[in-house]
Amino acid sequence: MAINWFKYSSPASFYFLAGKMIPLFTIAAIILFAVGLYIGFFVAPTDFQQGEAYRIIFIHVPAAWMSMFLYVMMAIWAGIGLAFNTRLSSMMATAIAPTGAMFTFLALWTGALWGKPMWGAWWVWDARLTSELILLFLYIGFMSLQAAIDDPRRADKAGAVIALVGVVNIPIIYFSVKWWNTLHQGASVSITQSPKMATTMLTGMLIMSIACWMYAIAVILMRTRTIILERERHTVWVGELQGVTK
Amino acid sequence: MSILQGSDLECVRGDRRLFKDINFSLEAGELIQVHGPNGSGKTSLLRMLCGLAIPAHGKICWHGADIRSLKGDYYGAITYLGHLSGVKDDLTAIENLRISSALAGVEIDTKKAHDALQHMGLGGRELLPVKVLSQGQRRRVALARLLVCRTVLWILDEPLAALDSAAVKLVQNLLEQHLAQGGMVVMTTHQEIDIAAGATQRLQLA
Amino acid sequence: MLPAQPNGCNSPDMSLWVIQRDLLLAMRRRADVLTTLFFFIIVVSLFPLGVGPEINMLRTMAPGVVWVAALLASMLSLGRMFSSDYLDGTLEQMLLSPQSLSMLVLGKALAHWLVTGVPLVLMSPVLGIQYDLSTEALLVLTASLLLGTPVLSLIGAIGAALTLGLRGGGVLVSLLVLPLYIPVLIFGAGAVEASAAGLGAGAHLSLLGAFLLVSLVLAPWAAAVSLRISME
Repeated sequence: MAINWFKYSSPASFYFLAGKMIPLFTIAAIILFAVGLYIGFFVAPTDFQQGEAYRIIFIHVPAAWMSMFLYVMMAIWAGIGLAFNTRLSSMMATAIAPTGAMFTFLALWTGALWGKPMWGAWWVWDARLTSELILLFLYIGFMSLQAAIDDPRRADKAGAVIALVGVVNIPIIYFSVKWWNTLHQGASVSITQSPKMATTMLTGMLIMSIACWMYAIAVILMRTRTIILERERHTVWVGELQGVTK
Repeated sequence: MSILQGSDLECVRGDRRLFKDINFSLEAGELIQVHGPNGSGKTSLLRMLCGLAIPAHGKICWHGADIRSLKGDYYGAITYLGHLSGVKDDLTAIENLRISSALAGVEIDTKKAHDALQHMGLGGRELLPVKVLSQGQRRRVALARLLVCRTVLWILDEPLAALDSAAVKLVQNLLEQHLAQGGMVVMTTHQEIDIAAGATQRLQLA
Repeated sequence: MLPAQPNGCNSPDMSLWVIQRDLLLAMRRRADVLTTLFFFIIVVSLFPLGVGPEINMLRTMAPGVVWVAALLASMLSLGRMFSSDYLDGTLEQMLLSPQSLSMLVLGKALAHWLVTGVPLVLMSPVLGIQYDLSTEALLVLTASLLLGTPVLSLIGAIGAALTLGLRGGGVLVSLLVLPLYIPVLIFGAGAVEASAAGLGAGAHLSLLGAFLLVSLVLAPWAAAVSLRISME
């Protein structure tokens, strides 16, 4: 196990391994999205309280989950890169950030679309929406910092520090926003007591979540491959690769 | 085992490899002069020797231990004079000297700072803010640190830049004295200067 | 002249030393200190012009406005924390000091607070009067700023260290630190609202105190790591 780990932690072997894995994850994502959306739109019953509008949760909830998981994953990879000076883990962190930010944005956008029929407003300062917005700011901070630094080694390490500081702060931020929200109770609408969910709804949502995972993994692997090529462009193996493709 | 030893050092800046396979070892009373054209990585090498920059490959050992694991213990043994003098414009020469030596862990009183500046030929200008001094005079303020910090290894990046011939002579004496007492010096310079040392090594980059 | 030096050179003394040095430098450049303070005053005074002089609304808005202005003022002056030392090479000397770098950074962050935070704290009751705050609310506002502004300087030190020497570092640092300032903003402004609602500001102020303790321990260390990364 340990030997395998070290073998694939070299960017060159990872590049080829990822190349083989990407089609698998892409196909899995397409199939699962198709099944999940079919269940979501056609099989799942209409909600007696919320009507058809609730169907957006099949995208909204998985996106919101992904946005949070991916931030933690990003911080973990970045932290490993900082602690053990493993280049590949830092590249993974860099590759995760745009996908995480995309899911955060998707969660906010679908949240707004859902909020309009439910709450009568595109945006309410609900604790979850606000925390999600701040999460988007944290992603943007991470990406802007890395983009501003020319030296990749410094970009990796500086990004790791801000990702870790962010991860330490997320619980504090979430807890403060919740407190702030309860203090201003009048303005907010509680969505904590959601009606009991039908089994088909739950199944659809789980399938959609797994589909999002597959999509995220495929895209992150693709992006990591691009970053590897960019960073290793002066090495012998990338040179040979170009010779092969030409 | 030598006191300071660099093995297989490699430096990469952006896309370019500045140097690789640099090896050297330094004993008490010895001097290393680093030579090379502009952009050959002289400053990068000196920053590596201080532990400010991490070599892309290879390691630097002090009494056999990697300088990156020694940290504070190593910093206490070296004095680095960089390309930037580390002198604050808004402070007077005396304040600058006292602060920089306090940072290096040596506390000196006004009298001692005064004497050191006098020795560097800044007598009468100790109480002026450094911003009114000339480039060469600022450099002298920075060099005065060598007089008060009792460290073994001096790492000097172009110590003679902007100095007049009298000051060059002064620095030369200072270095010779330091080497004679068993100190060590690693320096870069574009000026040809003869310094009497137990052994002088030339390290040519690119 | 330099202030008297403490004997010995162990780490906590080193923080004091750096504080004294930075205060001395700030004294030689008083204009910089005043710029931040005037920025704070102007921003707070602009709000009534934007939203109208209705006094009840201003009274509810006051804590939030003062706190946001304090956040911005503290953030704008972050660039000064390390950049001049970076440009003249002093920062290199600090990194090579046998003293603990975290302690040096702690000294620099506290000096930043003394130079930019404390004037804001002292000025806030006067600005609160513009918004017709009661005496009790003024006291709570000042207390919350007193506990919260050092946290801003400490967290800001991390951002300032990470963006050292970068193009557009000033704008970038705002993206990095403003989201991290949010808890301080919520509990700082919340303290005043809670006391106005008769709930008492104790809980909010204790939490601000807790933030201060945690950031006193963690932030200098994280900023020191960041400085080494940025100077490499």
